[in-house]
Amino acid sequence: MPAQDATKPTILVTGACGALARLVIARLHSQANLVAVDFRRKPDFPAFTAAQIPAYKVDFNRRWSEDLFRRHPISGVIHLGRLTPTRSSKNRRYHANILGTQKLYGLCAKYEVSRIVVMSTYYVYGASPYNPALLSERAPLKAAELTHELVNSVELENLTQIFLWRRPELGITILRPCNIIGPGVRNTISRLLSQRYAPCLAGFSPMMQFIHVDDMADAIVTAYHQQHRGIFNVAPDDFIGFHDALRACGATPVPLPSIPPMLPQLLSHLLENRGFPRHLVNYFKYPVIIDGKLFRQTFGFRESRPIAEAFAYYRALPR
Amino acid sequence: MRRSDSLIAQLTARLTSPEVAELVERIPKPVGSFGYDPWGYHADSLGAAISVFKWLYDHYFRVQAIGLEHVPKTGRVLLIANHSGQLPLDGVLIGIALATNPHGPRAPRAMVERFLPTVPWVGNLLNRWGAVLGDPQNCIKMLERDEPVIVFPEGVRGSGKPFAERYRLKRFGSGFVHMAMRTGAPIVPVGVVGCEETMPSFGNLKPVARLLGLPYLPMMVPVPLPARVSLHFGEPIVFADDAKSEREIDERAALVKRSVRDLIDRGLSERTSIF
Repeated sequence: MPAQDATKPTILVTGACGALARLVIARLHSQANLVAVDFRRKPDFPAFTAAQIPAYKVDFNRRWSEDLFRRHPISGVIHLGRLTPTRSSKNRRYHANILGTQKLYGLCAKYEVSRIVVMSTYYVYGASPYNPALLSERAPLKAAELTHELVNSVELENLTQIFLWRRPELGITILRPCNIIGPGVRNTISRLLSQRYAPCLAGFSPMMQFIHVDDMADAIVTAYHQQHRGIFNVAPDDFIGFHDALRACGATPVPLPSIPPMLPQLLSHLLENRGFPRHLVNYFKYPVIIDGKLFRQTFGFRESRPIAEAFAYYRALPR
Repeated sequence: MRRSDSLIAQLTARLTSPEVAELVERIPKPVGSFGYDPWGYHADSLGAAISVFKWLYDHYFRVQAIGLEHVPKTGRVLLIANHSGQLPLDGVLIGIALATNPHGPRAPRAMVERFLPTVPWVGNLLNRWGAVLGDPQNCIKMLERDEPVIVFPEGVRGSGKPFAERYRLKRFGSGFVHMAMRTGAPIVPVGVVGCEETMPSFGNLKPVARLLGLPYLPMMVPVPLPARVSLHFGEPIVFADDAKSEREIDERAALVKRSVRDLIDRGLSERTSIF
């Protein structure tokens, strides 16, 4: 086991194989002892950090995951790990995302963890033609009624909120970011932006918000360091139509028939691997614009990378 | 212009006259780095819309706008008007009057029916011109951003009424009074005369409308008729946020309705010919 500095706090980072987690780890590794875990595989790091960061492949539903807490004096958790609908079955996702997270929070309570930052998603609000713009954190979470695949995201939020209100000593902060894009990000929207031809819906170019992955990493680290419990949207005060975003990234929008509504749903089955999954079809049709003011005001946070900078990265990609 | 620029962007640039471009430049509007605001308003698109509709405003509907000095040059304001004519032409014409107001141009925001965002192209286009889903939260956020917001409290009850009921005001919802009180926005009543005659409706094909998910489907002429339109803007009404009951709020809504009624009557009495 790598030697750790007893004078520093120990932070557990889940989902450590992802690009965002790696950026968070890079920002924190001089300030804290880090423990990197991932549900999918054991995270690997460059030699200079690997020596200091113990890494594990962990399923929190297994009993031995408690050994992590026995072995390391974990005082904080940054929970970024999530299995996405495109990469796993419904059962496996539920097992990992919901039950696994429940176990993780249970261990946090048992071992007196005092700070938890959880990454949720703006998808929980649901894409609907009746959404007003600039949704606040108090808006209802309608994703569950609209798309079955997103039930998981809403359930995870509900579970976390139970711990947030019932176990205040855990110091839980939930972040609901807009679309995270930039180098290394492999989510649906990032895959769409990096394609030469990107499917979209004819006649619908919903407003979208994007945050650079480096800014998101800064937001998570900022949130971790400040003890403000609660739920916060994370999004810049900048907006762009989906089709314009595709063009700005060098992708050519390929409009699919949008009516009747069943048609794009059927086509999405064929285009699942082209970054156009069925459960997100409504998000390519109707806007979900969130208000990031509360997070900016509470944490004194300001994004430092304009959207155009992230778009430039995609434009430079070979296609 | 880059090859990759969208058709809409190219069309927008072609349609916008230099005078209108200069006018839009003068309109204060907080937009992001790509020219959009959170509701999808796009300054360049508004320029193209003004260029096209200003011609119709001047030469087809020969609009007379009276009392534009009552519209504040800056700051939040709610414009409350009667709704008529099947299509939201009244909203477009009030919007052009505000955007070309010699006392100070404003980029208007109109609240549109809830089914419009579900219509391909139409929803996006209206958003680009400044129209937004008729939702109280949208209205309050825009007023808090000091925008001029056009509201038709009659909703589809007013726009979808048959020709036989022209200039009969339907029930006014009281939501706009709540929003004005909460945000401290003055209310400018507007009486629209002439739009009733642009698209007279002689019946409503309700079953077909239901099938298509539309609030109504009127039996009417295929294109708007060139009726003369007058827009009378009344003096601002300010309500303090001190209502004790819903009844008091309903009374305030009735007061605004009476103001709109008076302005319509004025427009009708001054009208010399329909076409």
